[in-house]
Amino acid sequence: MEIDPFIFRLSIFILSIFIGYYVVWSVTPSLHTPLMSVTNAISSVIIVGAIIAALAGNSENIFDTANIFGFLAIILAAINIFGGFLVTQRMLAMYKKKKKGK
Amino acid sequence: MSANLLAIFYLISGVLFILALRGLSSPETSRKGNLFGIIGMLIAIGVTFLSIGNFSTGFLYLLVFLLIGGSIGAFIAFKIPMTAMPELVAGFHSLVGLAAVFVAISAFLNPEVFNLGSSGNIKIASLIEMSLGASIGAITFTGSIIAFLKLRGIMSGNPITFIGQHYLNLLLGLSIAALIFYLCKTQLESLFWLLIAISFLLGVLLIIPIGGADMPVVISMLNSYSGWAAAGIGFTLENTALIITGALVGSSGAILSYIMCKGMNRSFFSVILGGFGGTDQSSSAKGKEQKPVKSGNAEDAAFLMKNASTVIIVPGYGMAVAQAQHALREMVDTLKKNGIKVTYAIHPVAGRMPGHMNVLLAEANVPYDEVFELDEINNDFANADVAFVIGANDVTNPVAKTDPQSPIYGMPVLDVEKCKSILFVKRSLSPGYAGIDNELFYRDNTLMLFADAKKMTEDITKNL
Repeated sequence: MEIDPFIFRLSIFILSIFIGYYVVWSVTPSLHTPLMSVTNAISSVIIVGAIIAALAGNSENIFDTANIFGFLAIILAAINIFGGFLVTQRMLAMYKKKKKGK
Repeated sequence: MSANLLAIFYLISGVLFILALRGLSSPETSRKGNLFGIIGMLIAIGVTFLSIGNFSTGFLYLLVFLLIGGSIGAFIAFKIPMTAMPELVAGFHSLVGLAAVFVAISAFLNPEVFNLGSSGNIKIASLIEMSLGASIGAITFTGSIIAFLKLRGIMSGNPITFIGQHYLNLLLGLSIAALIFYLCKTQLESLFWLLIAISFLLGVLLIIPIGGADMPVVISMLNSYSGWAAAGIGFTLENTALIITGALVGSSGAILSYIMCKGMNRSFFSVILGGFGGTDQSSSAKGKEQKPVKSGNAEDAAFLMKNASTVIIVPGYGMAVAQAQHALREMVDTLKKNGIKVTYAIHPVAGRMPGHMNVLLAEANVPYDEVFELDEINNDFANADVAFVIGANDVTNPVAKTDPQSPIYGMPVLDVEKCKSILFVKRSLSPGYAGIDNELFYRDNTLMLFADAKKMTEDITKNL
């Protein structure tokens, strides 16, 4: 008897929720804002779906409806990826320790 | 590239995303964490390109669109002031939500591309997954737009409520479930569009009754939704990176919502049901008698602080509104030069989103090891000489511990009143976000400093 691949994906999903749970609780409260911006950025990995949607299919007609939605999604996700990672970087660069001897 | 190899690369980028979050456990490791996140994203995008392997004109368009989006994102990231972080995050959530909707639409219209069956005959499981992804994405999109407008001040922070609201929401929720069911049976395109339209509407209706004070919970909640939407799409596309990320983001947002709710002693459901925390709610409800307050000026404040040996700063969002963080840090620098020990006490809901106040202080060059969370510092107030409350209000109100009638009763507050003396910078005696009078104003050991936070702080520094 074969196991449906869906079950594998479900296992990954459930285990990842647990990983997320423990990892996020260990995030220091002072970094909760960067946490939100970085989760924002990584959830834009949805761009992989957008790329497939935009490019695959018949190559004669790049701009059929399904592809257009793909391209639009690429723009949205790209805003998020660049914006999310960069603003996180900008915030994290501000966190400094006390200078010694002060 | 073989499907197996592709899956392994997606797994790697999923793991890198986990490491990105793990890095945030301390500021030292956080920058490296962010780098892991970026690498994970590059891998995911890179292998997706390679897997298509069709370097036709479409590829060029793709790069163009990627660059357009990327430059907009980069521009925003560099320009945005830190005080506007909550709006920015809300705005970004809306984009994730909409992108999820678009990908789902595309998958529905062109299922062959994603190996989901053929148009009009999509696999039931895939159909359920993409419907859920699209629906949650749509709710995230419009909900975040409303949150954005409220935070930006374009829309009033007052809750918008009407009779039968919750029943209407329930009805819409049930109709979404019913639509998904019929969609699976009939595969009709019109049902899919209707599903998305209703979800858009539900997103708006879910967020409009929630008042300004509860916005930190809302942002966290929408963060969580955007994760579940991504996970839904991840199942549709059978993409491990997306499933892992969706689960991470979903649970992250849920935990942050929980922390925010606890910080305000509000149950998650009462936040969702809304109607709390309008800006001018009940401020004049009771004709309260005029109680005597002691007020002082910058000289008095400087005198008190000069003679103190420990000072605890309690900043709130009002400080950020007055743009007083830099002036504050200068004042603290002067105090420290005089050998006075200064620390900062941050309440979980001090800012407009989780951890917001920490970012604002970090921007003003306050070292993060001088900044403490409520649990870490609350016992120190009893031993401190001066508490300097600037722009905070409700989070210092002792009523939360003493008066079971008070709407904020049970909310964890900073024990500011235990300090020998309290300096309270505020423009007037008006109540805070929750609309309740702060008992602290009338204490014997409180000195009210009625002024703009920035101006007052600068004046104190001059007098030190």
